[in-house]
Amino acid sequence: MIRWLKKSYIAVILLVMYAPIALLMIFSFNANRLPVWKGFTLDWYTKMFNDAGIQQAFMYTLLIALVSSLCATVIGTFAAMGIHRMRGWQKKCVLYVTYIPLLSPDIVIGISLMMLFSVIKLPFGLPTLIISHITFSIPYVILSVMPRLQQMNYNLYEAALDLGATPGYAFKKVIFPEIMPGVIAGTFIAFTLSIDDFVVSFFNKGAGVDTLPIKIYSMARKGVNPTINAISTLMFTTIIVVLVATNLKASRKAKDTNR
Amino acid sequence: MNKKSLAIPYLIWSALFIIVPLLLIVYFSFFQEGQFSFQSYQKFLEPYYIKALWRSVQLAFFSTVICLIVAYPLAMLLSGKEMSNKQVVLLLVILPMWMNSLLRTYAWASLLENTGVINSLLQGIGLPTIKFLYGDKAVIFGMVYNFFPFMVLPIYNALCKIDPHLVEASYDLGANKVTTFRKVILPLSMPGVVTGIVMVFMPALTTFLITRLLGGGKVMLIGNIIEEQFTRTRDLSFGSAISMILMVLVLLALTFLGKKDSLDGKGGGLF
Repeated sequence: MIRWLKKSYIAVILLVMYAPIALLMIFSFNANRLPVWKGFTLDWYTKMFNDAGIQQAFMYTLLIALVSSLCATVIGTFAAMGIHRMRGWQKKCVLYVTYIPLLSPDIVIGISLMMLFSVIKLPFGLPTLIISHITFSIPYVILSVMPRLQQMNYNLYEAALDLGATPGYAFKKVIFPEIMPGVIAGTFIAFTLSIDDFVVSFFNKGAGVDTLPIKIYSMARKGVNPTINAISTLMFTTIIVVLVATNLKASRKAKDTNR
Repeated sequence: MNKKSLAIPYLIWSALFIIVPLLLIVYFSFFQEGQFSFQSYQKFLEPYYIKALWRSVQLAFFSTVICLIVAYPLAMLLSGKEMSNKQVVLLLVILPMWMNSLLRTYAWASLLENTGVINSLLQGIGLPTIKFLYGDKAVIFGMVYNFFPFMVLPIYNALCKIDPHLVEASYDLGANKVTTFRKVILPLSMPGVVTGIVMVFMPALTTFLITRLLGGGKVMLIGNIIEEQFTRTRDLSFGSAISMILMVLVLLALTFLGKKDSLDGKGGGLF
């Protein structure tokens, strides 16, 4: 009896979490505008692929996510290595600054950057979006690289230097392979955060430059629209496939190292 | 190569795009057209804004409490030994953290609409339709739905870290299940509970998206008022003042809960 109760508790929670997503996906294939099943159709997908606005938003989202996650990874990885060498109050101060974007509400990050850009008269558009995405992504990269550096044996790097490696070569051959998993995880987090971000982009976008979430928001405000269901279905499936693939790879690797 | 100077590009970046923007908020909240004044802060004392702030705190509080009540038992079940496929369930609970919250909120909005799925079903079996959307309840529901995984994950992590020997010792010393839970498990899981509360309360307090989609302009929370100052009324000074108040509230809450390093895993946890 208790076992059954426990199972149904979990089942109800999962049902509430996934029912709307599942229905959204189902209705993206519905021939009816209203949520009553009328037959299978791919109309909403053709509509989505033919909509120039959605296409453009998609390209911008991808471009911003790629550029910002790469920049954030480079700046963040070097920052993590620098911070790792710092001591005392210096380290504390820098880490506090790193925590600011994590702890402040998205809306405050969004408007504070918006004010900066309007004060320095940088026109709103692609550059402002990329800068703001880099800014909120860097802390996540730093926080995923730092633990790797802490686990690393620093003597290995010194041994490489003793054996005649230049600092650059020692970095490439010794440090980088060690921190690589953290760097990749950081890039991945930065990429997903950038694709998902709505609030910060909302305040820093320019006329004619929309990201997908902003486009969806402006469509959703006008009421239910099955084209949004089609976009959502694509976005959800992409995320699920990527996550499952990464997790499978990770668990396979874990098995290999256990052997 | 492995030197402090590697952090210089980052230091310049964060000075330019984190520190300066925050200082601009402080500046604009006190200066109107170059004149120093407390006007913007005084404006916030009007009943309309104080009420909005109070309502935001209330709604965020209720959704945090609901999240906690629902998440704690789930985390306990997941950290227990008897479940066979708990890894899968855990993955399913965390997965939505990686899905766009705008889309998930939209999914619920389209279900709950007057012409939505639930009401069509009710109509189909001859029951009267229910007006779910556009009100406090829909907003609280949306907050719970959006931030629930952020409550489960830290509690689950804290529960997993508890040394099983302590629980066994408690039973050996004659404590029953309730006493063991109250005296051993609950206190040891408190760090996770605190992290969970922070990670649900903060975004719930400042959201303007959930309010807009599920509250439909009827519910004006503090986030919506800030948004309005910057997109419609263009009262930068007042908008900055509210943001300052919000930041101070957030900082107070954080120091009160005494957990600055608890947000390490925000958004993470799957890898």
